[in-house]
Amino acid sequence: MYVQYWRYMKDIVFHFNFGYSYQNSQPVRQEIFDRLPATISLTVGAVIVWLAIGLPIGIISAIKRRSVLDRLTMSGALLAISAPVYWLGLVGLYLFANDIGVVKIFDGAGTYTGLTANPSQWFGSLLLPWLVLAASFAAFYARLLRSNLIEVMSEDYIRTARAKGLPERTVIGKHAVRSAITPIVTVLGLDIGTLLGGAILTETVFNIPGIGRLAYEGIINADLPVIQGTVLFGAFFIVIANLVVDITYAFLDPRVRYS
Amino acid sequence: MSANGGPLLEVSDLHVEFPTEDGTVHAVDGISYTVQRGQTLCIVGESGSGKTVSSLTTLGLTQTQGAQVSGRIEFEGRDLLKLDKNEMRAIRGGPISMIFQDPLSSLHPFYKVGAQLIEAIQAHQDVSKGAARDRAVELLGLVKIPDPQRRVDQYPHEFSGGMRQRVMIAMALSNDPKVLIADEPTTALDVTVQAQIMSLLAELQQRLGMAIILITHDLGVVAEIADVIAVMYAGRIVEHAPAEQIFSAPQHPYTWGLLKSIPRLDTPRDEELVPISGRPPSLIKRPSGCFFHPRCPYARESHTRIDPKREPVPGDPGHEVACLLEPDVRARIWKRLVAGDSPEVLKRELVGASPAPVVATEPAPETPGVEP
Repeated sequence: MYVQYWRYMKDIVFHFNFGYSYQNSQPVRQEIFDRLPATISLTVGAVIVWLAIGLPIGIISAIKRRSVLDRLTMSGALLAISAPVYWLGLVGLYLFANDIGVVKIFDGAGTYTGLTANPSQWFGSLLLPWLVLAASFAAFYARLLRSNLIEVMSEDYIRTARAKGLPERTVIGKHAVRSAITPIVTVLGLDIGTLLGGAILTETVFNIPGIGRLAYEGIINADLPVIQGTVLFGAFFIVIANLVVDITYAFLDPRVRYS
Repeated sequence: MSANGGPLLEVSDLHVEFPTEDGTVHAVDGISYTVQRGQTLCIVGESGSGKTVSSLTTLGLTQTQGAQVSGRIEFEGRDLLKLDKNEMRAIRGGPISMIFQDPLSSLHPFYKVGAQLIEAIQAHQDVSKGAARDRAVELLGLVKIPDPQRRVDQYPHEFSGGMRQRVMIAMALSNDPKVLIADEPTTALDVTVQAQIMSLLAELQQRLGMAIILITHDLGVVAEIADVIAVMYAGRIVEHAPAEQIFSAPQHPYTWGLLKSIPRLDTPRDEELVPISGRPPSLIKRPSGCFFHPRCPYARESHTRIDPKREPVPGDPGHEVACLLEPDVRARIWKRLVAGDSPEVLKRELVGASPAPVVATEPAPETPGVEP
């Protein structure tokens, strides 16, 4: 048993070999690399969507605190955070997919194509998954940025910035957001790491052949090497993400820099 | 916009109120003062007496907190309270600048000191970044930061507290202000650094000729530098006089309390400092009559009803006080206080004619020394 474990570890560390899939007798490494582009496509797109939606909402609702707009977006955000992603995905498909949907806007599940094969098809097929995956993240980031920003706005150095005679736009856009965004970078790094390890639910609902889908198939088929491989791979991304976050932090906050 | 010899800054009947859930906070209640060119006005008072709020209002920095402001703040003939946002921004950090209490948190931790100075310069002057940087180095030298060429590229956390306050002063000076408002600039610093910062301010004032409004709770700090002192209590100025007058012939019982609570070298070491008893009044539900009566050792019963106005002190030009005691009684009390008599004795002998049962109009707060 321990000999087996030793061999398994040795293969991974020295040969990056995760063994063979029971199901289709392919090397797991090959499977993962085949699936990686889809997962990266999904993750990167979703990150862009949720930052583009979440950050402006967070800033606006922090500035216009207690306004109608603030209350509306924040209760909307609460809904988006609370909605489970698989439910949101299914509802999204039911309402908007152009095969079964009520209003046919987006491409349905299982239409994923590689970016190099057909860029417009790639974009169309991923649009709905991006929005669905990004919804809860956007909501979470908006709330996080809002509360950070409100806290930062009461700092003494914001008063200093105003006392210097800077326009309010600079005070908020430069001084306040700069401080409030730093904790978000930490969370962002970890979220990206987690998603690269496979967005199991989203990929399954939309039938996107990514690592998450691979893990799901592995579990369904009791394909142990595949499960082990995807879990390890996910862990690897999370560790890397942590490292990247720590390094980025040093760039963002001069106080943690080594001199 | 010449002010043809008039005061540089004239604040008249300034009120600042903050509506809160518990009621309206009367932070500043009708204060008036003037500042001449090159003069140093010290506003003295304990925490919550409205001294910081009044100065923030001068720069229009209370608007963001939903304050309701009335009165006039005239600077070089213009009412600052009537200026629009852009005109006010041109004043802020330009002709009127401000330094704050806590230099540790008043600089942005993520930007280099030089960048923050350059930003202040470029907010008011149309100069290139290089020229602004040269000016930043010059300013750091002006406030006596050693090696300014190197320090300009450092972050605030690489500076000590005293050095950071020097950076704040440099930033405030970057556009040749006519008035520098210093809000407790030395409170967060230790005593030796305090003295350095105060003498730096005094020296810079000599060289640059700006007026300084120094806000502090420590009368000991202001002795060296003040020309005029305004003592604030519960949002009002209760005594206003040239500095020498405040120290030699103070008129208000609150000022006496402040003076008696400063440690002195010429008193015996075992002599206890005399604190002012009681606590500052609530600015939401203020005491009736004279605001100081619940803590005043010399309050008469009538003082709980009559609200004193600021009036000139007879025979002492420039000295104004809001106190209901008669001038001759005040003079005698201060003489005896200096001699070391206790307020209880003085109250009995000099004020006691009408014993004060203190029929408080509200649940009596601490009123030591007023029982008959």
